[in-house]
This record gives sequence, structure tokens and C-alpha cells, in this order.
Amino acid sequence: MERTFMKGNEAIGEAAIRAGCRLYFGYPITPQNELLEYMAAHLPEAGGVFLQSESELAGISMLYGAVAAGKRAMISSSSPGISLMQEGLSFLASAELPGVIVNITRGGPGLGRITPAQSDYLQATKGGGHGDYNLIVLAPSSVQEMADLTTLAFELADKYRNPAMLLGDGIIGQMMETVTLPPAMDQGESKPWAATGCEGRERNLILSAPYTDQELMELNMRLQAKYARIKAAEQRAECEQMEDAEYGIVAFGISARLALAAVDDLRADGVKVGLIRPITLWPFPENAFRAYPKVRGYLVVEMNEGQMVQDVRLTVSDMVNGRVPGAAPTIRFLGHGGGYVPTATEIRERVMELARLLREAVGASEAVGAVRTASASGSVPAEGGRRTA
Amino acid sequence: MKREYKIAGFGGQGILFLGQVLAYAGMQSGLESCWIPSYGPEMRGGTANCQVVLSDRRVRSPLVYNPDVALIFNKPSLERFSPDVKPGGIVVLVSDLIDTSPGRSDIAVYAVPAKSLADAAGEPATLNMVVAGALLAVDPLLRREDVEAAIWKVTPPHRQRMVAVNLRALDQGVDWVRAHPAEGTTGAENAANAAGAVGVVGMAKGAR
Repeated sequence: MERTFMKGNEAIGEAAIRAGCRLYFGYPITPQNELLEYMAAHLPEAGGVFLQSESELAGISMLYGAVAAGKRAMISSSSPGISLMQEGLSFLASAELPGVIVNITRGGPGLGRITPAQSDYLQATKGGGHGDYNLIVLAPSSVQEMADLTTLAFELADKYRNPAMLLGDGIIGQMMETVTLPPAMDQGESKPWAATGCEGRERNLILSAPYTDQELMELNMRLQAKYARIKAAEQRAECEQMEDAEYGIVAFGISARLALAAVDDLRADGVKVGLIRPITLWPFPENAFRAYPKVRGYLVVEMNEGQMVQDVRLTVSDMVNGRVPGAAPTIRFLGHGGGYVPTATEIRERVMELARLLREAVGASEAVGAVRTASASGSVPAEGGRRTA
Repeated sequence: MKREYKIAGFGGQGILFLGQVLAYAGMQSGLESCWIPSYGPEMRGGTANCQVVLSDRRVRSPLVYNPDVALIFNKPSLERFSPDVKPGGIVVLVSDLIDTSPGRSDIAVYAVPAKSLADAAGEPATLNMVVAGALLAVDPLLRREDVEAAIWKVTPPHRQRMVAVNLRALDQGVDWVRAHPAEGTTGAENAANAAGAVGVVGMAKGAR
């Protein structure tokens, strides 16, 4: 294994080439330009094709063509550019094509600015394009994961014939870190469904639109069955110090690094807190939450106005509704959009606040419980003119 | 073990390069290593800063708010970052570009005339490496051989001529600090000595 020191954006490029990606399309936008530059410099050396498309819409359509021909291919951009690709993403999902899409998020909405942000969570995980479809969405939190999850994105995309997105942010894209690069591999298994020229065999058809109403219904059923398989098999999360945790921080990407620093500080002060870091944003790692039913409160930390927290609430409300007996955690949110980066100190203070809130709630309910118990035994003294029956 | 660095000055002073050298040297010595540039217009003349974290385990926060070590190349950066240095930490400042001191008695301040030294050697662009040398002389975490390997690695192929020049500047920094032991004091000594902060101001002036 090869240990080196690289920028996050470059690590994606190198991992993609090593994963057998030989076709790359892109259009420049900060903060992902190092990836474009890396592919321009190194993909031709590997015998591949780097193509700067004339627009994002053209680029995503080129990706459609490349993966329809059975090749491993990738496109990258940042938030406004990814918005322009949404039609293509819906078409890729509908045609069950396995492209890899990289979004190194910048602050939005609109053109936004190049400040780091995590405000494309909902766009990535809930569609963005039209129709009932899902991308597989992976969220790296280190340069090492920029490489590892790029490899995984190609593997999962091929395995499920589904587009996969790598959702990073400007900080991870721009920062350099020690990284162990994955070994080079071939282009993955051969794809008997691909449109590679039909001489000597039946013609393969790759359609993003069915011919009949009935076929559209069948396509949707097929897609949903596939999504259920992905949900069952591919949830990934890193759980740090959760075994005995009373409180959990939930954060993905760069926010999780800051949260981890806060966990260290809080643990040093004797606070039983851990971190759940979703690695797959879709499928959302519900199982990680179910594994820790004793957690009393979660603090969700994001660099947006509260997006992933919606999935945490859904997950927890499922747990509360009887599927996991005894679980009823309180959920609080810390975050802002537009270039906000939380500090470990801020996270620590909010966890302490949550702990205080829950202590007071327990105190209050114990007091109520004490009165009830006393009432039942009929021994509450008659004070202030109040008598017990 | 964890060592956090903030390096700050003007664009064009080699701030980001110096940060990469420290980060790569850390990796060479077997540590986990992380480098983040500041965002913004960092062309020549603008402000530039970067942060480096070295650790013997996986780096938690790559963002540095309270550095152990601050390498400071201009006055605005001194004013902005020196109050955040951890007590007991180290500040190396370019004394011939900065006419003030951090004004703290709980940190060790090394006021090094890096610009004059680099200019005198006929290589003004190497003042960043003079500062790196000064740091090597006062903080034993990184070894010279690892820093040398890092300079080879970080210097782009078409500028490898500069490696030897940079290594000479590195040694200039080491030698200057060793020849001027009174110019820096340890944080502990400083904290124990009420006159420490005044002494630092004197150092900065004396070094001009």
C-alpha cells in the first residue's frame, strides 16, 4: 500500500483512475477544480479520455453515454453545476446506469460562494431531479475517505446499476492529508447489459423511458425493490464511543471531524457522549441508531439550516413508534448555511446544554412521579387547603 | 501527541509552501498529517494563512483555533493570531517585518530577522525557510532530515534548483537561533518572569 500526502480533490482523481475510470467529464467550478486538473493531467497517461464539456447538461449526458457503453466513468462539479445536472441524474437512475457523480459542495443557494457548506444534503438524498429515484450517496470526512469512498462509489454503482454520488465539501476538497492509496484494479466485471455493439448477440436496449403505462409501473416497482435491497445491505456509519453513550452527536463529512474533537473533550470531562457519523447518506444508516436505544438525546451538527436532522427525526420517530422499545431520544440541532463552520467548543457547549435539559426533564418527571405515588398511598399532607381523597 | 500550527503572512511569502513542508515532514516522521489553506484571494500581496496538524493518531479537527506553534510573517497576522496561541506555545515572528510583540508572558517568542538573513544570502524568497529553520532549532518534534525530504517533495519538478537554496536558508535559521539563545525564552521562564513580555519587545527591536 502506498502512503502519500494529497489534496482531497486529487485523492478522488487518483482513486478513480485506480478504480478503472477511463472517461471523465467536467466543467470548471471552485472548489472542485483540482479534481478537474488532476484528471486532465493524469487520465490521458492512464489511456483514458478527459473531456471538458461545454456545459454541465452536456457533461451529464456524456456520462450517460459512457456508462451505457459499459465503461467506468465519472463527472464532477460543485453545487450550482450539480443543479444543472439534475435532469440527467433522473435519467441515469431511470435507465439504471452506474455513473459516479462528485459534488464538492459550496455555499448556496443560487450561485452562492466558494465557502464550505453541507447544504446539498437534501438535493443529493431526496432526488433533486424528478420522479421516485435514489442515488447512492457517500459522504467522506477525510482525504483517506475521498479515496476509499470513490472506489466504493464505482463498486456500488456497478453492483446495483445505479448512479452513485460522492458528496464532499470545500474543506475536504482543498485540504491535504496523509492517505494510503488503494491498489489499481480493472474496470470491474463485464456488463452483459451494456450497449457495446450487438454483432453476434441480441441487441441491448438502454431506455430512460418505457414504451407503455404498464412498463412504467413495472420500472418503478423494480427500482423500489432495488432500493430496498440497497437499504438492507449498504448502510454504513462510523460509531465512535457509542457503547455507553447517554448522548450522541450526529454529523457527516467535515462536521464530524469537529464533532469528534468535541467528543474527546467531553469524554475527558466525564460526559458519556459518542458520535454517529453517517457514511452513506442514502441509504441513511438507520440501523446505527437502532443499535443504541439507550441514548437519551442527539445533537445533530450540520453546515446548513437543518437537512440531515430531518432523517434523524424520521429514524428516531420510527424507533419511538414501538419498533425499538424504550427509545425516546430528544433531538437538538446546531448549524447554519452560507459558509458557517461549527467549532468544537460550540458543539461541546450545545451537548452540555442538551444534558442539562434532559437532567431537568428527568428531575421534573421524578417530582411528578413522587406526587403520584404519594397520592396513590393517600399520605400527601393537606397543605394549602388541598386534601387528598 | 498532537501539534497544531498556524502560519500566516502575506501572499508571496511562501506561507502555504512552508505549511506543506511541515505537514509533509510530519508524515515522513510517521505522524498523521493535515494541511488546510485559508480561502480567499491569496495572490501576491493579499493575506495568506494555513493550518497544519500533526498527530500520532488520526487527526480529529483539521481546523486549528488554538495553535501550539504560530509562525508569523506580518503585523496583521500577529495581531490576529498570537492571542490564540496556547499557553506554553511558541511564536516565531519575522522581526524585521513586525515592529510589535505578542505582549504575552505565557508563550515563548522567537523574533528572527528572517528577511534580512534571506536578503543577505541573495535569496529574498527563502525567508519562509529561515523561519522553518528557526522552528527546527526550538522545537525538536521534526527532524532536519524529514524537513529536507519534505522540501524535495513539495518543490515542483521544474524548480528543483531551489531545493539547495532552500536548504541553505533552513540552516541559516537554525544557526541564527543557536547563535542568539537569549532572543527566545521558554514559556515557563517567561511566565515566571514578569519582565518577560518587555524582554520580548526588546528582542524584536534588538533583532532589527
